[in-house]
Amino acid sequence: MRFASKRQTVEAIDEEAGVSLLIMEPEDMWHANNLIAVGDVVNAPAFRKVTMTTTTGSATVKSVRTNLSIKVKSTFFDPLASELKVSGTVVNENEWIAGWDSVALQTLREALSEDRPDAVVAVVMQEGLANICLITDIRTIVKHRIESSIPKKRASSKDTAGGMASFYEKTLSTLRNAVDFSTSRTLLLASPGFVAQDFRAYMQSEASRTADKALQRIAKEAVVVHSSTGHVHSLNEVLKSPEVQKTMRDTRFTTETMLMDQFYDRLRMDDGRAWYGTKPVEKAIAEGAVGRGGGVLLINNALFRSMDVATRKKYVALVDKVKEDGGEARLLSSDHESGQRLDALGGIAAILTYPILDLDEDDEDEEAADVEISAEGTTIL
Amino acid sequence: MSRHQYVRSLDVHDAMEEFEGYSEEEEDELSPEDRALMNQGTIDVQAALGVEASKVTIAQIEEALWHYYYDVDKSVAYLTAKFINPPPKAAKPVARQTNVDTAGKKTPAAQPNKKGGSAAEAVAAEVKDLKISDAPLPKSRNLDVISEFQKSKNKKSASFVVVGHVDAGKSTMMGRLLLELKVVDQRTVDKLRKEAETIGKTSFALAWVLDQRSEERSRGVTIDIATNRFETDTTAFTILDAPGHRDFIPNMIAGASQADFAVLVIDASIGAFESGLKGQTKEHSLLIRSMGVSRIIVAVNKLDMVAWSQERFDEIRDQVSGFLSATGFQQKSISFVPVSGLHGDNLVQRSTDPAASWYTGPTLVEELEKSEPNARALAKPLRMTVSEVYRTMQSPVTVSGRIDAGSLQTGDALLVQPSGEKAYVKSVLVDEAPADWAVAGQNVVLHLSHIDPIHVKVGDIICDPAKPIPRADIFTMKALAFDFLMPMQVDVHRGRLHAAGRIEAIPALLDKVSGAVTKKKPKIVKPATVARIVVRLEAQVPLEAGQRVVLRSGGQTVAAGLLE
Repeated sequence: MRFASKRQTVEAIDEEAGVSLLIMEPEDMWHANNLIAVGDVVNAPAFRKVTMTTTTGSATVKSVRTNLSIKVKSTFFDPLASELKVSGTVVNENEWIAGWDSVALQTLREALSEDRPDAVVAVVMQEGLANICLITDIRTIVKHRIESSIPKKRASSKDTAGGMASFYEKTLSTLRNAVDFSTSRTLLLASPGFVAQDFRAYMQSEASRTADKALQRIAKEAVVVHSSTGHVHSLNEVLKSPEVQKTMRDTRFTTETMLMDQFYDRLRMDDGRAWYGTKPVEKAIAEGAVGRGGGVLLINNALFRSMDVATRKKYVALVDKVKEDGGEARLLSSDHESGQRLDALGGIAAILTYPILDLDEDDEDEEAADVEISAEGTTIL
Repeated sequence: MSRHQYVRSLDVHDAMEEFEGYSEEEEDELSPEDRALMNQGTIDVQAALGVEASKVTIAQIEEALWHYYYDVDKSVAYLTAKFINPPPKAAKPVARQTNVDTAGKKTPAAQPNKKGGSAAEAVAAEVKDLKISDAPLPKSRNLDVISEFQKSKNKKSASFVVVGHVDAGKSTMMGRLLLELKVVDQRTVDKLRKEAETIGKTSFALAWVLDQRSEERSRGVTIDIATNRFETDTTAFTILDAPGHRDFIPNMIAGASQADFAVLVIDASIGAFESGLKGQTKEHSLLIRSMGVSRIIVAVNKLDMVAWSQERFDEIRDQVSGFLSATGFQQKSISFVPVSGLHGDNLVQRSTDPAASWYTGPTLVEELEKSEPNARALAKPLRMTVSEVYRTMQSPVTVSGRIDAGSLQTGDALLVQPSGEKAYVKSVLVDEAPADWAVAGQNVVLHLSHIDPIHVKVGDIICDPAKPIPRADIFTMKALAFDFLMPMQVDVHRGRLHAAGRIEAIPALLDKVSGAVTKKKPKIVKPATVARIVVRLEAQVPLEAGQRVVLRSGGQTVAAGLLE
C-alpha cells in the first residue's frame, strides 16, 4: 500500500481531509480492513447499475462508474479472496468525521512498509488430515483442508499403504494447485510421527518418477518439523521449533508466538504479573503497572476493527497509556495463530511490571451476570 | 467395479437366500415361521394404529407387513399414509410405472406373485422416497436382542488395552502370547523372523504379528491400535495393542476407550524403567484411569535381562503401585506379574527358569481370566463409536468398532452422527464370525447399505434413529487438570474422535470430593484440581452427557473428565 500523493507522510495527515491510499496487492486489503472503522467515511470509485427507460417504454441497463462516499456501517473481509466489502449510507463529502488515533496511525505505518518477507507455506498434517497454510507477515490463511480416511489395521496392510499413498497424492496435487512454487519459498512440513517425513519422501519419489525438476527442488528444500497434531493450531509449535527459527529471519509472527508463550509461562507461575481480559488489564494499566521495566500489553487488532467509536477510543487510550508509562504495546494480528490464542483470552492480556493479586475481584453484581451467561452456554448441549 | 465382478463377489449365503425367495414365490404360500411372524405383526400393527385400526383391513396390514419384511413401524407409517391419512395427490402414474420396472428387476425376493399392484405401488413409493438406492432394504428378523443375548450361552467377552512406555515390549509380548495360545502358528512367526532378519532386526519378529503396517515394521514402533482375539476356556478376549510413542497417544486413547481393563507393560531393565516412569508409563496410566478403566495388570517385562531379580521386581512394584494409587486405582484392582515377553515366561506357561522360581502367583493369562469385564449398558439406546471405515466385498461401507451401549441386529436402520445420514445393517460380524445381532461390549464389524462412504468417518457415532445422540460444538465438562488450564487451544479426544477446540471459559473451581463450587471464574486452573470448563469445538460432533473426554495441548495431556 502507498499514499496516492507522493508528498504525503504519516506525520502530516490532515485530520479533516483524510488520506488517499492506493491498494497495491491483495494483502493491502487486510490492512484496509484494519484501518476502516465504523463511522469512517470511505471514498472510492464504484460501479452502479442504472436502468433507463426511454419514452417508448424499452429499458436499457448501463453500468456507470462513479465516485461514491459512504459512511461505514459495517465491513466484511473475505480472507480467501482478499476482498473487503464495505457497506453504509452514501454521504456528502463535507460530513467528514475521520478520527486518526495512534492505533490507526500505527496500522497505517505497517501497511505502508515496503519490507515484507515472502509468505511461508506450511503443511500441517497427521494421518488422513492435511491443512495447507500460507503464513504471511500478518496472517495465516488456511488454503485447503484435505481429509481422507485411511483403512486401518483390520484391512490388509496393503490397503493402508494404498490409502496413505492416495492421501499423499491428493495433498501434493492440492498443494501445487494452491501455491505458486515458481519462485523459491520456504515449505514447512509438520506432523506427529512420520507422516511429514513420509510425505517428503513421497514428493521425492514422485519427482524422480516423473522427472519433475521443480518438484525435486521443492522436496529438497522442504523442512520437516515435529508437531503434536495435524490441526491448524499446532502451527504455534511449528513456528517456534528450532528448524524454523533457523531457516526464517526474524518475522513478526515468530515474535508474536514468543510473546504469547512468555505470557502463558507467566500465567503458569501465577505470581500476579500476568492478567487477561478487559477488566483486569484495564485496572492494571490504570494503576500504571504496565510500564517501564518489562510491562507488555498484548492486544488483538480485531478489537479495533469495526467497532463503535467509544469502545475503540477506550482501547486506544489503553495503548496510549502503556506507551506513556514506558511499557510495550503490541498489536497482535488476530489472523495469526498467536492472535487466535490471545483471542481465547478475550483478545487482551498484559504482563505487569510488579505483581497485583486481586485484579479479578469484581463486585458481586457483575459476577452474577457472568454466571448467567455461562449457564446459557451450557444449555446448548 | 464391473457388474460381473460384483456378481462374483456375492457370497453363497446371499445367493441361497435369494434362491429360497424365488421358490417361496412359486409356491405362493407362507412358511410356518413367516405365518407366525405375520400374525404377531398384524397384532402389533393393530395395536400401534389404535382407534384407526378399523380403517384398514387385515389383508391390507398383511400386505404391508409382507412388503416391509414384518417391520411394524414402517408398515404403520405406510398404512397411515395410504389409507388413514391419504396424501392429497398421488404420484404421477407414468413415473410410478418406470419405478416399478427398475424396482422389480432388482428386488426379486421382495414381491411374491399374490401381492398385486398395490405392493408394487408401495415399492414405487418407497423407491421414490429413498432415491439414493434401488437396492432392497436388508431383511430384519425382528429379534428381541436382549433376550437372545441372555439365552445364548456365550463365553463372557472382555477387551483389554496394552499400554506402556515406548519399547517396553508391548507388541512383542502380545505376539508371544498369541503364539503360545496357537492363535498364530510357528510357521508364520518363522516367516516373520526371516523377513525381520533381512532388515537386521530379528527381535522384531514377534511384534510383527501385530505390527503389520510397513512403516511400523521398518521403524520398529507400533503406530496404530492393533486388534487381535484369543479365547481361553472361560473368556473370549480382545487385545488392543496400543502404541507407546508419545506422538501416537491419540491412537492409544482410542484403544483405551474400548477396553474393560488394561495391561501396563513395564521394562524392568536398568535405566529403562526409570525413563519410562518419567515418560509414557505415567501418562498412559493417567489416561486409562481417566477413560474409566479401573482394573490394571502390571506386566513387569524383560525380567530375564536382570536375571529374574526379585529385588528389582519388588522395587518396581513398590514404585508403580505408589503412583497407580495416586492416580486413582484401588490397591485391590492392581496386580503384578513378572514376565519375559520375548521368551514367554509367565505369560501362559509358568517360567521354567530356576532363577524365577520365587514367583508363585498367577500367570498373565490367569490374571486376565480373573478380571471381570465392566457391566454392559444393554438396555440403553444404541451407541457405537466407529473406529475404522473400509471397503469389503460385502459392502463399500464397512465399519468396525465396539458397541458402547444398546444392541443392534441385521436389517436395523441406524443413524450416523454427525452427518445425520441413515444407513441399514446389511450384515453383522461379532468377533469376526457372522451373527444376527450384537450387544454392548462386543467388538463388531457392520456392513452398511444405503449410505455413501463420505458420510461415515472414523470417530463418528452410530446410533438409534429414534433416540439419536445430539450434536454440539460447545460443551461443559467437569475436568481434572493435569497441567495448568486457562482459556487456550486444546485437542479434544473422545475415543477415536480427535477434534480441535479451545477452552472458552472456566466458570468455576470445584471441590475434589463434594463437587461444590469453591471459586467462581478462576483465571487459571492449577494441576490436580477439578474445575468446570466450557470447551468450544471447531465443528459439530456427537456429544452426550457422561462421555469421557481427554484434553491435550502441545502434545501433553492437560485434563480429562466427564461431559455434563
